[in-house]
Amino acid sequence: MDPENSQLKSKGNFRNKYTDALYKWLGDKIFTFVVVGLGATIILVTLGMALVLFFEGSGALTEFGLFGFIKGTTWDPAVQMVFGAWPFMFGTLVTSALALAISFFPALAVAIFSAEYAPGWLAEIIDNLIKLIAAIPSVVIGIWGIFILAPWLRDSIYEPIFFWTEANYPDMLHILGNPMGYGMATATIVLSLMILPYTTALAKDAIKAVPRDQREASWALGSTRWEVIRMAVLPYARGGIMAGAILSLGRAIGETMAVAMLIGNKNTLPFSIFGAGATMPSVIVNEFREAVESLHLSSLMAIGFVLFLIALIVNLSAAYIQRKLSIGGGQVV
Amino acid sequence: MVGLLCISTVVVLLPLVIIMVHVLVEGFSALSYDFFTEELGSPSRAIQGQATGLVHTIIGTIVVDTLALLIAVPIGIGAGMMLSEYPEHPLNPTLRLMNDTLNGMPAILKGLFIFVLIVKPMGTFSGIAGSVALAVVMLPIIARTTESALQSIPWTIRESGLALGIPRWRVVLSTVMPAAKGGLITGILLAFARAAGEAAPLLFTSFGNNYLPNNWYGFIFSPTDTLPQRLYSLAISPYEQWHSMGWAAAIILFLMVIFAFILARLLARDKFKIQA
Amino acid sequence: MKFTLNYLLILFLSFTIISCGGESSEHTPSEDRVSILGAGATFPAPLVTAMADEYRDMTNRRVTVNYQSIGSGGGIRQFMEQTVMFGMSEAFLSEEVMADIESSTGGRAFNLPITLADVVPTYNLPGIEKGLVFSGEVLVEIFLGEIVDWNDPKLVELNPDINLPDRNITVIHRSDGSGTTNVFTSFLSRVSDRWRDTVGFATSVNWPTGIGGNGNEGVAGAVQNTPGAIGYNSLTYAILNNMSYGYVINSSGNIIEPSYEATTEAANIELPDDTRILFTNTPAEYGYPIAGFAWMLVYENMEQNNAISNRNEAEELLNFIIWSITEGQELSESLGFAKIPNSALEKNIAMIRLIKWDGEEIGAELLLQQGLID
Repeated sequence: MDPENSQLKSKGNFRNKYTDALYKWLGDKIFTFVVVGLGATIILVTLGMALVLFFEGSGALTEFGLFGFIKGTTWDPAVQMVFGAWPFMFGTLVTSALALAISFFPALAVAIFSAEYAPGWLAEIIDNLIKLIAAIPSVVIGIWGIFILAPWLRDSIYEPIFFWTEANYPDMLHILGNPMGYGMATATIVLSLMILPYTTALAKDAIKAVPRDQREASWALGSTRWEVIRMAVLPYARGGIMAGAILSLGRAIGETMAVAMLIGNKNTLPFSIFGAGATMPSVIVNEFREAVESLHLSSLMAIGFVLFLIALIVNLSAAYIQRKLSIGGGQVV
Repeated sequence: MVGLLCISTVVVLLPLVIIMVHVLVEGFSALSYDFFTEELGSPSRAIQGQATGLVHTIIGTIVVDTLALLIAVPIGIGAGMMLSEYPEHPLNPTLRLMNDTLNGMPAILKGLFIFVLIVKPMGTFSGIAGSVALAVVMLPIIARTTESALQSIPWTIRESGLALGIPRWRVVLSTVMPAAKGGLITGILLAFARAAGEAAPLLFTSFGNNYLPNNWYGFIFSPTDTLPQRLYSLAISPYEQWHSMGWAAAIILFLMVIFAFILARLLARDKFKIQA
Repeated sequence: MKFTLNYLLILFLSFTIISCGGESSEHTPSEDRVSILGAGATFPAPLVTAMADEYRDMTNRRVTVNYQSIGSGGGIRQFMEQTVMFGMSEAFLSEEVMADIESSTGGRAFNLPITLADVVPTYNLPGIEKGLVFSGEVLVEIFLGEIVDWNDPKLVELNPDINLPDRNITVIHRSDGSGTTNVFTSFLSRVSDRWRDTVGFATSVNWPTGIGGNGNEGVAGAVQNTPGAIGYNSLTYAILNNMSYGYVINSSGNIIEPSYEATTEAANIELPDDTRILFTNTPAEYGYPIAGFAWMLVYENMEQNNAISNRNEAEELLNFIIWSITEGQELSESLGFAKIPNSALEKNIAMIRLIKWDGEEIGAELLLQQGLID
């Protein structure tokens, strides 16, 4: 029994106020503590991941240096024990950038159509379909790619092109590469299909976020519908659209399973159009469980660390573009 | 212009619809009764036409995914609350950046992280390691959707609560949270839909198993089969019989994800604007 | 909504519990059961998993062997990381790894031959069945990317009776670390100095040409899906999947059709005590030249392996190993695997005899129980 408690008993009115304050004050303190703790967990997880990848990869990073590792073009776990990430960075950047280039305008077209032209019911169908498709798991796309898309591409697209080139421009064959169905081209096509719904959804959100008075001002000037979109809506939404595109690029860079199943997995440059290649996530999937030598393993972790840096850069630049380019809004998740 | 946009919309949507049709057709034709009741065993079982299936994989997936939700939901919602209810907190900009980075990070790195953090110290691959890896996939999505769900509740509600002398934590828990319930569940379901399809984080964590474990907690503490990881190994196997099992696994996984997704959309309908 | 979610959760959990409970009622009670985790080479996976099926039936589900095929490199790595109870590899442990393990566990790592790996060149040429003849030198040139057409004169010379098409050769190799690669490249290194100096042999090498498939499965799949492809697979995979495979000329100049007899014949040579030997390009006159052992990897001091938690598990693991090198071998031929020769069985027994748990010789004890030593 401490003296304060006995005092409380004698003054009932004060006790209520006092416990009430305690209830409020302590409750709020605990609540804040828990919530901030949970929030901090996410920060810790992200930083912990970066640290783990860095330390596990430090063997390779000290052996070759960060830039030496990034620039290194040889990945040879057998004879020389030399590891360079460039072939995989190259594969990742080329497939992702091309996938974005292929899917960006179609995605924008769908976004404009469903946001501006389509009647409500149709827009809703398109919207749901797009988001539904974005939810299809990567491995499911992968199995479809292996058994349906790749054989079809090989028979009806790659081989005709290959044989035509062989007949007309035989010198170009090494650029085309072997049309066996698994390779850079197939991986790029699948990637562009996979990020398309994502780009579309983000672009549509940006367009939807354009305020009504922006359009109305343009209508008042006597613009046609297309002119309204071109002059008023798109400039306003461009920050959100561009940021969305960058985020889609990030998705493509990190896409793992479908690419690993379809890219053909070749670790040596040069890559060719139809020929096999590799990306940073695909080489990790293929070799992580298999690496025996410590340097090999730490090189794979180092690739993970570089991938982390790239993801960080992508997100920072998406946020930056969002802020810089947008006039008003265009919210992106 | 309208015509052009219209045509391009059809052209864009067509291949995506074709994927769905293929998966549905191939998947349903590969399903059988044994698929739901038998264990996988060796490939010679499938080749010799003996009973084989993925019952251990289906249960394993349910256990691993459920545990992942149990881990990710409290943390994700807490972080979302911090972003929305304490907008002035000095850690918020960092949290937002770290959360977005985590979200943008390839899932395979999350698998590597958990391998180092849990599998190596534990000395064995386990279902729980897979759950934690999937939870890391879910976390940033839940945090982000929670934030926007809570923010969609007008500040006036909070202010009137505080004005009545109700402490802040009570306001958040008993007024704001129930009001945002639909949005919260939507976010959780979307996170589930995304994580349930991930194979990459599971390859180095839950590892795989050809049989049911010896006891129910074997799903948690020993190597466990999950649909995405099993689907990957079936698809790259050279056996035709396993390919068709792969399609069957694909349709189950697909339906699981789509089910969660549609539920999420129905809940979110005209109440909250939350993006996938 | 909360109710629905809770309901679903309860449904899931009860389903989980019921389905496990239902399984156990007719078999060994669950508390007596033992799970053994192994991982490694993809090549012996069909045999080891079939052995696991058989052994599980034999013991009324008391002992379940969960073998995941992740590649030989993975088998060695996870064995060293001590996340698995036994590893499996088509490459024996290097001196360096053996020394590492000896210093960290105070005992040796044993390489126990469990079956034989035979690697055949597989190809996909519409209309041409198995039986295309290859020499070591021609295989080297194909995999170096120097012979690029199927109707190359060197191939025509070896196969005068076959009408080879004018098609590009697509080389397919393993993308992951693999004992199959080790056996295949060690053969190429032994027939060609050029190969040895530029590419060498290892579980994964820096391939000068071609595309990678993940796992024995991945290569077989890619070969089957690609007309004009050549790859290398184990004979079993080729037979099980109706792939066309070639015959290979051995060091004595004989054309050898791959078969398990020819493979066992290749191993019919003097073995060192630790069985760590590569016998590709075997001197045996009628031996198939691209063959090697697949080894099971275990620690001499089993208590040192983090993945094994008690003596009972260690004993069950040993029982399974002893069964698989004796009675279990009977499964081999029906699955297209070669049995290990008697010389290898003797070396295995000598090694198992030394295996200990906390200094107690459990290996010798179990062998004695089975009447394999006296």
